Amino acid sequence: MSAYHTAANKLRTTRILKIRTESPTVKTLTFEDNQCAKAKPGQFLMLWVPGVDEIPLSVLDVEENGLVSVAVKEVGEATSVLHDKKVGEVVGVRGPFGNGFTLKGDRVLMVSGGTGTAPILFLAKELAIRATRLISVVGAKTTGELLLVNNMRRTLDKKKMLVIATTEDGSYGVKGFATTPLESFLANEKFDMIYTCGPELMMRKVFDLAEKYGIALEASLERLMRCAIGLCGSCVIGRYRVCRDGPVFTAERLRLVKTEFGILKRDFNGRKISIE
Amino acid sequence: MKINRLHVDLAGLRLANPTMLASGILGSSAESLSNIVMGGAGAVVTKSVGSKPRRGCENPTVVQTSCGLINAMGLPNPGIREFAEEIREAKSLGVPVIVSVYGFSAEEYGAVAKKAVDAGADAVELNVSCPHVKETGSEIGQNPATLAEVVRKVKAAVEKPVFVKLSPNVTSIAEIAEVAANAGADAITAVNTIKAMAIDPETAMPILSNKAGGLSGPAIKPIAVRCVYEIYERVKLPIIGCGGITNWRDAVEFLLAGARAIQIGTAIAIEGPNVFKAITRGISSYLRRKGFRSVEEIVGLSHRS
Repeated sequence: MSAYHTAANKLRTTRILKIRTESPTVKTLTFEDNQCAKAKPGQFLMLWVPGVDEIPLSVLDVEENGLVSVAVKEVGEATSVLHDKKVGEVVGVRGPFGNGFTLKGDRVLMVSGGTGTAPILFLAKELAIRATRLISVVGAKTTGELLLVNNMRRTLDKKKMLVIATTEDGSYGVKGFATTPLESFLANEKFDMIYTCGPELMMRKVFDLAEKYGIALEASLERLMRCAIGLCGSCVIGRYRVCRDGPVFTAERLRLVKTEFGILKRDFNGRKISIE
Repeated sequence: MKINRLHVDLAGLRLANPTMLASGILGSSAESLSNIVMGGAGAVVTKSVGSKPRRGCENPTVVQTSCGLINAMGLPNPGIREFAEEIREAKSLGVPVIVSVYGFSAEEYGAVAKKAVDAGADAVELNVSCPHVKETGSEIGQNPATLAEVVRKVKAAVEKPVFVKLSPNVTSIAEIAEVAANAGADAITAVNTIKAMAIDPETAMPILSNKAGGLSGPAIKPIAVRCVYEIYERVKLPIIGCGGITNWRDAVEFLLAGARAIQIGTAIAIEGPNVFKAITRGISSYLRRKGFRSVEEIVGLSHRS
């Protein structure tokens, strides 16, 4: 019998080595996992919270010594239990899964919101080496929820790169949505690539703008995940499986799921529900 | 004239080739099914649907093991009313669409099957073999009297072929197949997953939220082949072989054991949807090399000795 693909990705347990509070609702957890430490920006892992749940999380960072970090926002039972975990406690890991971003473009615009900034920051570290112009727009509702902005500033070289923070209530940076400053950037400068990750309504707006200006785009989507290996169908958008064909989608593919992207998703029953 | 070696007749359904999508895999939307059809499947079986929407189990719902997968999805589905729309849409795919049906009573199986056929299902496959949800699935298929009642109710409710998917978790699967046959089943699908579990040593906890699930993949293939072989000796109904089929050799093994068609599920995780084309191509060259004119000529061939 030939080597069975899924065998290589068995659940393994590992201890939490570092916990960092990023905002009142977000912590980053760091643990060792040699397989996930090979993840590319945009790939995700499944994190098992023993006895509670297993949830998909974008990889925030990897290190050569096998360390992996993820950003966890407290949104439900599993994430709240994760927030209460201490260094040394055990979690389970499967992955990395999905396709990840492709590294291309010299003049790049990145638009992120919420924990969507995690994979974008990971991507920025790679792009910072090769891009000639790199603008990162990071959005949040309010200043307390702005995430990883300082990490982004440290990552990007000040001469050719720019980090803009936006808050909906104007408590920090530009008042408005992450999409607010985009139009003027796009009107005044030439870009050859846009990357986006965050709330889907935001990404849909970014996609519509990218289409309007004819710029290539990749967006990292999120759907309900169960198997993470392309079998169960829980995460489908149109004809694609977000876990296997995504989570990163090019504008070409997003055009084929235009009636769902930013509009509909499937709930636990597989029913189509609208995205608010 | 070119002979099409690959056509099979399955309880009145015409399949362009003997490969089918197994229930539970990517079968909850017509668009996902279209990918499977493009991948070469001769027919598709939908994810199991019941009378009401069902959330299914909490994660972890899947454990990857060295020899296959254990899953306890818990039959998530939007309910037949909403699912009817996907069935109608799937009708345009150009292959027979078989709707997998579960229920908590014979009446429920009958009612869901009728709605599925009304929406356009070419056949129904009764899930009397899911090993991880209480009071349905294998709890029905392991009880001959209940099983017979379910099959009779569904047969009375629909005019289309009724397939019965059996569990290997029984003392004699051939006896159960005979019960289904006597109650009016038109074909037998063998087998569903085998009840299994995995425990994490570090935390000393069962991994699946449901604790037990069903094992699929290469580990169960020899068991499934034996089941098909035994059923073939006992009942005259067409058999659909299912369990761990990953390549054309596996598929041929099932045909030789007595299956007229085969279903593929877990292998899609490795090979992708084109696994159907690859297996069909392999079966075709096997038939040519061995001088057979059709798939039907090798069905049950291993029984001659």
